[in-house]
Amino acid sequence: MKRWIAVWNILAKDMRSYYLKPPNISWGLLFPLAWTGMFFIKSGAELDGVRGLLPGLVSVSVLFGTTSMLAVTVTFEKKGRSFERLLLAPIPLELLMLAKTSGAMLFGVANAFVPILMAAFLTDLSGVVWSAVVPAIVLIAVASTFLGLFIAVSASEVFEAQTLSNFFRFPMIFLGGLFFPVQHLPAVLRPLSYALPLTYGADVLHAGFCARGQMPLGLNLLVLTAFCAGLFVLSLRNIRRKWIR
Amino acid sequence: MTSGTTVIATSDLAKHFGDVQAVAGVDFDVCDGELFGFLGPNGAGKTTTINMLTGLARPDAGVIRIAGIDCSRNPKAAQHLIGVVPDESNLYPELTGFENLSFCAALYGMRQAQREQRARELLGMFGLRDAAERKFAGYSKGMKRKLTIAAGIIHNPRILFLDEPTTGIDVAAARQIRQLIADLSGAGTTVFLTTHYIEEAQRLCSRIAFIVSGRIIRIGTVEQLMRQAEGRHVVEFAVAGGAAGLCAALAGAFSHLQCQALSEGAVRVDSAEPVRIGPVVRFLEDHGGEVAEARKVEPSLEDVFVRVTGIEASAMKREKEKAGASA
Ligand SMILES: Nc1ncnc2c1ncn2[C@@H]1O[C@H](COP(=O)(O)OP(=O)(O)OP(=O)(O)O)[C@@H](O)[C@H]1O
Ligand SMILES: [Mg+2]
Repeated sequence: MKRWIAVWNILAKDMRSYYLKPPNISWGLLFPLAWTGMFFIKSGAELDGVRGLLPGLVSVSVLFGTTSMLAVTVTFEKKGRSFERLLLAPIPLELLMLAKTSGAMLFGVANAFVPILMAAFLTDLSGVVWSAVVPAIVLIAVASTFLGLFIAVSASEVFEAQTLSNFFRFPMIFLGGLFFPVQHLPAVLRPLSYALPLTYGADVLHAGFCARGQMPLGLNLLVLTAFCAGLFVLSLRNIRRKWIR
Repeated sequence: MTSGTTVIATSDLAKHFGDVQAVAGVDFDVCDGELFGFLGPNGAGKTTTINMLTGLARPDAGVIRIAGIDCSRNPKAAQHLIGVVPDESNLYPELTGFENLSFCAALYGMRQAQREQRARELLGMFGLRDAAERKFAGYSKGMKRKLTIAAGIIHNPRILFLDEPTTGIDVAAARQIRQLIADLSGAGTTVFLTTHYIEEAQRLCSRIAFIVSGRIIRIGTVEQLMRQAEGRHVVEFAVAGGAAGLCAALAGAFSHLQCQALSEGAVRVDSAEPVRIGPVVRFLEDHGGEVAEARKVEPSLEDVFVRVTGIEASAMKREKEKAGASA
């Protein structure tokens, strides 16, 4: 019980201090809105194409929403030393980091629904397999949050964390099969695609939104879960090694 | 107030950073209810020791036991028993004083009603009631320090670690903080305090360890340490025209004297034999000083510290004040 009081308050504090702040809300909304608007306009009157864009737009919204927040909630607090307070609290490090990252996951999931809601006004979303889409969104949010955590722990300055995030984010947009299938990539780049978590999440979204998945649903979700676990374990190891040294 | 049970015990505790041996094998015990002081200059290894004891740093070697719990492998094992006040305030700048305390209480699993009551109580105790709803970022240095101490004791810890609690704040605030520490200790909290103020250690602590370059040079009660000053003779000279520069020359000319510059115009000499004032005065005057006064003083803990560590106490203080001013 005591631990859950701590966990809940860490999340609630981050929500109040970071996620529910007007700049972040507007940024979190504006960014997916701008992307979505831009793509929808480009795809023109062909509203059927809107659904085909959703996997990419949803993934990008989640990816940017989550990774950019960790640079603040973790790197910034580490630099300002308030993170030490958390490390001194009698909570296992695993639980502490889950508390510290759950805000970003929720923020990512919320961001995912911005393009979906927009699309709902423009096109008919019936036939979407929500039982695949929702778990995929949640897992993409968890995986990108832990990727953000991994980056945040590796950096000592906020700008460094942000630069490092871009190093991972932009290749993922192009290599992850977000807007065009991985099969359209040059053969030399394809193995790289399969080393990225987003590839598997985007594939489930393609399956869920427009029945164009390439790999089995179960396999995708399994690999994505493995990425989540791997990135979390790696981040914890780095925290133990670098911050409790 | 001590009961004799050991609550902090270390043996052969060591830690290095690259080439720097920050802590080089320290052993000490702190009893339940004791106010224990770690006294040493910049870079002595005080903060590193606290970090290892509280779980913020991993020792290279050695054993740590907190309240009988072996924390050498699992630094989290005893964290529920301890409170930590770091050398720099580490609260959340964007939260108010009240929110900061409430949040820290929540980290120890206190329920809302309980934490709000405790936060109010502490804000009152530290004279911060009027600033309760102001953001921490806007607090003065002294207020920040007080709130950081309040956050350290929010969960009524059995053991409190205080890293230089009075450095860089004004005299009145420092006095208030010392009184609070004494009260906490009086109420039964075990306190581990680091400081570079000798008088502070002498006034507050029941036992003191002198730490220099990662090693404990002496450890004991104030009386035990003062015994090393028994039979010593100390004379202070007030010198117009500057005395600080003459210290080294004086020590060179009178090998049995230990000299330290107290300020620009004052020299203190310490000797195992009675000090013959005449030759010292003549030496100082021959070297451009004008001796206005010479008086015999009782040896202090400072003299003991200077003698056993070879470090000038005034230099230690000056360095710290510079660091405090720039922080
Ligand atoms: N994270 C670190 N990385 C590298 N060196 C370190 C680190 N922390 C401490 N040191 C070094 O270890 C030594 C002991 O430092 P420590 O901070 O423990 O001293 P201190 O007694 O607390 O000094 P001060 O009075 O200045 O606070 C110093 O030489 C310091 O430079
Ligand atoms: Mg220190």
